[in-house]
Amino acid sequence: MKIVVCVKQVPATTEVSIDPETKRLIREGVSIEMNPFDTYALEQGILLREKHGGEVIVLSMGPARAELTIRESIACGADRGVLLNGRPLGGSDTYATSYILSQGIKKIGDVDLVICGKQAVDGDTAQVGPGMAAHLGWPQVTYVSRFVESGPLELKLERMHENGSDISLVKLPAVLTVLKDVNIPRIPTLKGRLNSRKVDITIWDEKDLETDPEKIGLGGSPTRVVSTRKPDARDKHTIVLNGSASNSARELVQILKSRIEL
Amino acid sequence: MKLTDTEIADNYNDVWVLGEVVDGQIHKVTLELLGVARKLADKRASGNSKVVCLLMGNKVNGLEKNLFYQSADRVIMVEDESLKYFNDLIYAAVVSRLIKKYKPEIVISGATSKGRSLMPLVAVQIETGLTADCTGLDIDEESGLLLQTRPAYGGNIIATIKCENHRPQMSTVRQGVFKAVEADNSRTGELIREGVLEEEKQTRFTVLSEESYGEDSKISLHDANIIVTGGRGVKSPEGFKIIHALAESVRGAVGATRATIDSGWISYSHQVGQTGLTVQPKVYIACGVSGQIQHLVGMQSSDFIIAINKDPDAPIMQLADVAIVGDLFEVVPEITKLMSN
Ligand SMILES: Cc1cc2nc3c(=O)[nH]c(=O)nc-3n(C[C@H](O)[C@H](O)[C@H](O)COP(=O)(O)OP(=O)(O)OC[C@H]3O[C@@H](n4cnc5c(N)ncnc54)[C@H](O)[C@@H]3O)c2cc1C
Ligand SMILES: Nc1ncnc2c1ncn2[C@@H]1O[C@H](COP(=O)(O)O)[C@@H](O)[C@H]1O
Repeated sequence: MKIVVCVKQVPATTEVSIDPETKRLIREGVSIEMNPFDTYALEQGILLREKHGGEVIVLSMGPARAELTIRESIACGADRGVLLNGRPLGGSDTYATSYILSQGIKKIGDVDLVICGKQAVDGDTAQVGPGMAAHLGWPQVTYVSRFVESGPLELKLERMHENGSDISLVKLPAVLTVLKDVNIPRIPTLKGRLNSRKVDITIWDEKDLETDPEKIGLGGSPTRVVSTRKPDARDKHTIVLNGSASNSARELVQILKSRIEL
Repeated sequence: MKLTDTEIADNYNDVWVLGEVVDGQIHKVTLELLGVARKLADKRASGNSKVVCLLMGNKVNGLEKNLFYQSADRVIMVEDESLKYFNDLIYAAVVSRLIKKYKPEIVISGATSKGRSLMPLVAVQIETGLTADCTGLDIDEESGLLLQTRPAYGGNIIATIKCENHRPQMSTVRQGVFKAVEADNSRTGELIREGVLEEEKQTRFTVLSEESYGEDSKISLHDANIIVTGGRGVKSPEGFKIIHALAESVRGAVGATRATIDSGWISYSHQVGQTGLTVQPKVYIACGVSGQIQHLVGMQSSDFIIAINKDPDAPIMQLADVAIVGDLFEVVPEITKLMSN
């Protein structure tokens, strides 16, 4: 099985803020990590390779430093990595990103399975996996919570939704997005770490990928961020109750009862 | 595909809502979206923008009435056996074909697991942009474009997004963000029927069976008038007992912060916030919740917010209508006692 796992390098979201003057994202000093949801995608790729043989290729689009995230994946057990990097690729929205990644998958060639995380924590869109499936013309299985049966040509999977779950069958090649429920990701071994420092990471730019210049980067993105701001702190009058527990409770219940018929 | 201004002005009208059906009923989020779709359509200067609901499923006949009551001008109904289970590929093929045929200007769907699987497939198939999980939708008066507002970076940033040269403009929206309009039982509209093509049914993906969580495990956070939420301040799984007791005494539902779920004190289905549910009850009672932005985005449009916290400076205390400074283990049982009487 030739498996591609898509991993994204993301900023630690809790540390991100906006510069009040320039209105731009402050990136300096913000730590970066592998998108937490992608660790489950990676582990699943490794589990499938252990069962069926083949290789796990980690694919990431991002700045040069995203190479670190690829090396981290190799330390965990991926065989090799491909970084899609080039100035014209920057500023891509989910449409352009999924197009570029799908070009990378085509160039890798003979891929049986693409596994993505449920979503990336920076944008929380969950759109790149399905977008790739559409660009490739492959079936997708989203929100996968369990691998019921896996064969080299077909997978039986459980999907989760708000009100329940279902069992489905998909013929490969396909694109999956997986939930935390699928496995418990392993941590890198010492040998893995040493190995990850030595391997060469393949780097492709827009020319290597033969991308349509009209479909990449800021210019190739149908959506555009026109403004950003800090979340509203709702400005309002708060009644503060700071007496004894029983007094506060009594006052609150009075307020509550006057507001609603229970 | 990039379009020119005249191509857009000449061809694209109407605001579409992709309807969703659960257990034979119209999903609440669909009704909420019809509410906002009405506002958007009415704001379009052209004056001939209709609210259209596309409803697909294997047993959806008859459900159109409700959609008309809730402000749809037109319902496009696709009833077919092949739509019994959610096969994204069949659904997407039909939606993409119908969008190309009718050329709506705006298409919105619930940010449910189905909506979030279907919409990005469709957006790429018809080559347009899509904005996920919008918390605000409006029409820009000057340009007539859809302004899509959404949180990013775990809610630390609110971004406004436009889709200028591609049509339709597409967004998904979580349940609870918008309000449904009052049903008007005298309203009616136009019903159009469409089908599923044979070739659209041939996919390399098959749903074999479906399982629905039973009634009792269905936590109706969305339907509850009152939600009592426990945060890390409840300290342990046992600590949630007093939260459940209060919720029971006010006939409410139990919510939770991600911190408590990550600690394994309560299940994910209770999570309120950025990566959980967006709720909008009449009363929201936050107990031992600090009020980090990721939690606030999921509950800040509740009508009335009560916070119980030891720390008077916790962010939730600023947002609250009533802030009780105190130990939740003392205050919460007192409230339960008074409410039970
Ligand atoms: C990408 C991302 C997405 C996230 N999504 C969500 C989400 O959807 N929902 C969510 O909730 N969080 C989410 N979070 C986590 C969020 O940032 C916070 O960590 C979380 O909401 C904090 O939970 P808490 O308020 O229970 O805990 P804490 O922040 O630890 O607050 C506990 C509070 O309890 C008070 N307290 C302690 N003991 C008592 C007592 N005896 N009586 C009264 N008060 C007491 C303390 O003063 C404190 O204010 C997300 C984070 C990230 C990075
Ligand atoms: N730049 C990227 N490089 C590699 N994989 C990505 C990238 N962006 C998104 N993905 C994959 O797509 C999933 C969903 O991301 P998103 O649609 O951004 O929420 C992630 O969990 C990754 O598996």
